[in-house]
Amino acid sequence: MTTAPPKSRRSFSEFLLHLHPRTVPEETLRFTLNWGLGGMAAMLVCLLFLTGILLLLTYQPSTDTAYASILTLTREVRFGLWTRNIHHWSANLLVVIAMLHLLRIVLTGAFGPGRRLNWVIGLFLLFLLLSANFTGYLLPWDQLAYWAVTICTSMLGYIPVGGLWLQELFRGGAEIGPATLANFFVLHVAFIPATLFILLLWHFWLVRRAGGLVQRERDDQEDTLVQRVPAVPNLIVREAAVGLTLVAFILIMAIVWNAPLLEQANPGMSPNPAKAPWYFLGFQELLLHLHPVFASFLWPLLGVAALLWLPFWQGSALPTGVWFGSERGRKLVVWTAVVGALTTLAIILADNLLLHAEEAVAVNTFVTRGLLPTIFLIVLLVGFYFLLVKKLKYTRAEAVMAGIILVLVALSVCTIIGVWFRGPEMHLVWP
Amino acid sequence: MAENHKDETTSNPDRRRFLNRIWAFFGIVAAAEFGWLGLSFMNSRKERNRPAKTESIVTAGSVELFAPGTVTAVPLGQFYLACLGDGSFLALSRTCTHLGCSVPWDEEKNQFVCPCHGSTFNLTGEVLTTPAPRPLDTYPVRIENGIVKVDISAPQKREHFDPTQATKL
Repeated sequence: MTTAPPKSRRSFSEFLLHLHPRTVPEETLRFTLNWGLGGMAAMLVCLLFLTGILLLLTYQPSTDTAYASILTLTREVRFGLWTRNIHHWSANLLVVIAMLHLLRIVLTGAFGPGRRLNWVIGLFLLFLLLSANFTGYLLPWDQLAYWAVTICTSMLGYIPVGGLWLQELFRGGAEIGPATLANFFVLHVAFIPATLFILLLWHFWLVRRAGGLVQRERDDQEDTLVQRVPAVPNLIVREAAVGLTLVAFILIMAIVWNAPLLEQANPGMSPNPAKAPWYFLGFQELLLHLHPVFASFLWPLLGVAALLWLPFWQGSALPTGVWFGSERGRKLVVWTAVVGALTTLAIILADNLLLHAEEAVAVNTFVTRGLLPTIFLIVLLVGFYFLLVKKLKYTRAEAVMAGIILVLVALSVCTIIGVWFRGPEMHLVWP
Repeated sequence: MAENHKDETTSNPDRRRFLNRIWAFFGIVAAAEFGWLGLSFMNSRKERNRPAKTESIVTAGSVELFAPGTVTAVPLGQFYLACLGDGSFLALSRTCTHLGCSVPWDEEKNQFVCPCHGSTFNLTGEVLTTPAPRPLDTYPVRIENGIVKVDISAPQKREHFDPTQATKL
């Protein structure tokens, strides 16, 4: 009597095992440690690859025919509308899941020593998927696409050295036209997916090399033996449950709601209001208030630099595997979120009044809407840090966590205002 | 003799490091060549986007058609012809100086309002509300035999409005 499974089956499970460790610590299996966010993101990327291949069969990347090919796809191709919807909703959900994934990494201290490189790769992945979303919604060449590409390439023009060169490079000339669409098409279907694929494998491998998901730190008194269980079936069935539920959810969502498609691109008229997709509206809110050099270049640069540098700052990561580090940390996060949301709201409302009061007065906006807010922000963050560390005796890691929460909450408030409270001409309105 | 030579190649860490560096160097050169090739491919199409402009002089119409203090859109030339209070003319680009959206003229408010980031401009194209960093660009206007003609070949940037920018009869 042999107990070995048939050869073909064994080779398949060995393939799965190759991507997974043979055994995993039992405590990392609990769903509330990571909410399955990384796995969900990977599942969505798979869905995007599959539906993307189908869409590629009908899409025509030329300014004359792109819009019509989308109409044909949604009206005449069997399940064309559904496939486009699945692609759209997967991409949108991926932004949410990836942001939550980043938040989870911060809140469970999973970017410290041993995981630093993976944090950096994760940031690149976030950048890539935002680029994939952006380049994707340009392809239908509708009003949203045309004005999004206009605004984005104009933003490149504000980069101090080489900005105009970059702008021409991405536009494929001085003006927007066929070469622009060709550029973004190549980015969307070749460059970004290929880079994403390589970085994703690297991301997974580094998780494995770091010993799997984060675990609680152990005292010497505790039983030091980590309880390990086989990955097959314990981990595999959990991944399958999360992944398949997610796929079912997306498929149903794609039946109920259609992906938006505006009118065909009209270079003569911007829609009013002309809004970016929701995940860029926080950014668009910044553009309303700040000088363009700061909103489109310096602030993003500062943000990215801070995030890249974060894991290399000694003691910036929380104790691993415990949400918020401690109960005190959890309360700090709640308070920071509330105070941060109210402060952001107050600043936006106050600045809204100021914007219209400034009308008559000629001011140097590079200073008033650039340098001053930047100094204000830096003083605020540094002051907040020292208040937490010196006065209230929080650890550096807890202060860093609070800082990240503050920035994320501010960005969320900006996004919410952008989505529901901005009307024609981007005035503040009730929804 | 031969054995001695073989020994040297395999156990000399300096030489191995040197050869590895050469490999890395060639790798970087190959990547740079590929990058350069990509850039030159992208640059090769620069002229493709430029629409064939056969006529850069657009005729807006006879002077009497425009009342002082009004703005008329000239879709053919993608600009607005503003007739200022003193009857002089200013051809304003419809492209917002902030991030390139197309600004409509709001008759009631008597200003241009950008639908993307809320910048507003007055009749002369000056910024009323930020974030736009400078006034709307202008095109040179000529009045020949009572006909307003605008040269749309190149928009002209400016920091402020002054009356010399406007063309009088």
